[in-house]
Amino acid sequence: MDLTNKETLLSPSKRAVFLLFVPVCAYAGITGIEPGPTVAAVKAAQSAGDNAWVLMSAALVLLMTGPGLALFYSGLVRQKNVLGTMMQSFGMMAMVTLVWAICGYSLVFGEGSPVLGDLRYAFLNGVGAAPNADYAPTIPHTTFMVYQMMFAIITPALIAGAFAERVRFNAMMIFSLLWMFLVYFPVAHMVWGKGGYLNPFLGGRVPVFDFAGGTVVHITSGFSALVTALYIGRRKGHPDEPMKPHSLVLSFIGACLLWVGWFGFNAGSALAASALASSAFVTTHLASASGALAWMLAEQIRNGKPSALGGISGAVAGLATVTQGAGYVAPFSGVLIGLIAGFLCYFMVGVVKNKFGYDDSLDVFGVHGVGGLVGCLLTGVFATRAINEGLKLANGQAAPLGLVDGNAGQILNQGIGAAIAIAIAVAGTLVALKLTGLVTPVRMAGNEEEQGMDIVLHGEEGYASED
Amino acid sequence: MVKIEAIIQPYKSEEVRSALKGIGVDGMTVSEVRGHGRQKGHKEVYRGQEYNVDLLSKTKIEMVVSETRSEEVIETIMAAARTGKIGDGKIFVSPVREVVRIRNGDRGELAL
Repeated sequence: MDLTNKETLLSPSKRAVFLLFVPVCAYAGITGIEPGPTVAAVKAAQSAGDNAWVLMSAALVLLMTGPGLALFYSGLVRQKNVLGTMMQSFGMMAMVTLVWAICGYSLVFGEGSPVLGDLRYAFLNGVGAAPNADYAPTIPHTTFMVYQMMFAIITPALIAGAFAERVRFNAMMIFSLLWMFLVYFPVAHMVWGKGGYLNPFLGGRVPVFDFAGGTVVHITSGFSALVTALYIGRRKGHPDEPMKPHSLVLSFIGACLLWVGWFGFNAGSALAASALASSAFVTTHLASASGALAWMLAEQIRNGKPSALGGISGAVAGLATVTQGAGYVAPFSGVLIGLIAGFLCYFMVGVVKNKFGYDDSLDVFGVHGVGGLVGCLLTGVFATRAINEGLKLANGQAAPLGLVDGNAGQILNQGIGAAIAIAIAVAGTLVALKLTGLVTPVRMAGNEEEQGMDIVLHGEEGYASED
Repeated sequence: MVKIEAIIQPYKSEEVRSALKGIGVDGMTVSEVRGHGRQKGHKEVYRGQEYNVDLLSKTKIEMVVSETRSEEVIETIMAAARTGKIGDGKIFVSPVREVVRIRNGDRGELAL
């Protein structure tokens, strides 16, 4: 039976069904397909499955930014800033998408120097149906590109929580554009790109395990957020005037969407519909649940009342902290990571921040910066070849990964990776803020802040009155 | 004629309105208001940030009745709205000079 001829007679959709059908028939011994074509058919079916999962995951990660993060953040601000806050997330969905397609993808995943990729994939040149064997050998290169795009979108959107309620939309867009080039593209290339300085699999010098972006997304956004909060200054009236969240209902819906979307973020990072994806999925889920319980428990002890905002904040802290190790650590390490994240981030946000008095309005540093950093180091502790056999020794056996595998030095490697990411984030953010200030005023002026972002920046109201 | 304004606990609103209906008061205006008297506010905590909320949610019921019915209405509201705890609210009574029914120009008690 000539499989290749038969394939060409079928439409693409029928072909997919056929290819899934073939291995079943072969297994049941119904047809007399020779071994060669069967292997090819099985591979094609696997590719179809992997592609479906990673495309689905890409959609889930976009769901995290809009509406997930947009709702989470906009519920935490005052009513007059609800749309302005949503627009910050939405602005990233639009802007980063184009930047990524034009040159961002290439600067991260093109093989260039150890710190930045080249322009071989600019305008998606050479990014097509054929898989990129270096990154994801079973899915189309296009799928890998669009999946990674969604990570690039959420990272600058996270930062905006630190300077909520006081920055002009135009300035936020320009700052974020510059920040992508100065911070995200270099750090992402170093950790994930071929030849990147911190990439353990593709020729890096210092091996840093970052499964889904603990360093690339959470450390960079968290530390950059702290810099922006300090540089831009507090909101008018902070901390004397009450600035209560205007709708924890919105925040609750947003946080739950983040939790669900995070399965695409972490389990999708297996880049295949594989057992590793299942493991990362479960580890992620356990960490989120543990983080929620830990934060609520801390509140119960300190205030006598576990709060809704505390519960969802703890879940997000657990998720941010487990991101780095999701596909390297065992599921029950996820419980420990989540518990540590919940308690520690609560302490940072509820105690330490108030002592210092900076206005990281929506606690991007306290949750993503601290969680990201702790998660990075804990990955050096809990990463194990029992979960991830990706890294091979010279003799072909799986390399020991973290402390639990007897490789204590990995904690130091993770620390070096974090330190480099923090240094780039701090320096890059300062430069981006300075440059933005040269082009346009960063802060809302005069009494604009009192009037609110919705009216002043966008000319509309989130909750229209009848008149 | 007098205007009776009762500021009561929101969860007592239903009870007070049905009690008033029971004695034949069939016109009133109800609004959700915020304020405080002697009752202290409460503390809210958002991610460790404490806010003292001074203005509490209350319900205001306003009605205009003839002076002869004034005491009866006051007693009815008190009976329905009282819990005996601080925060039960207050009743204000003030004279009303004129009432006009817009539809047909009725004046005074006729317009009530």
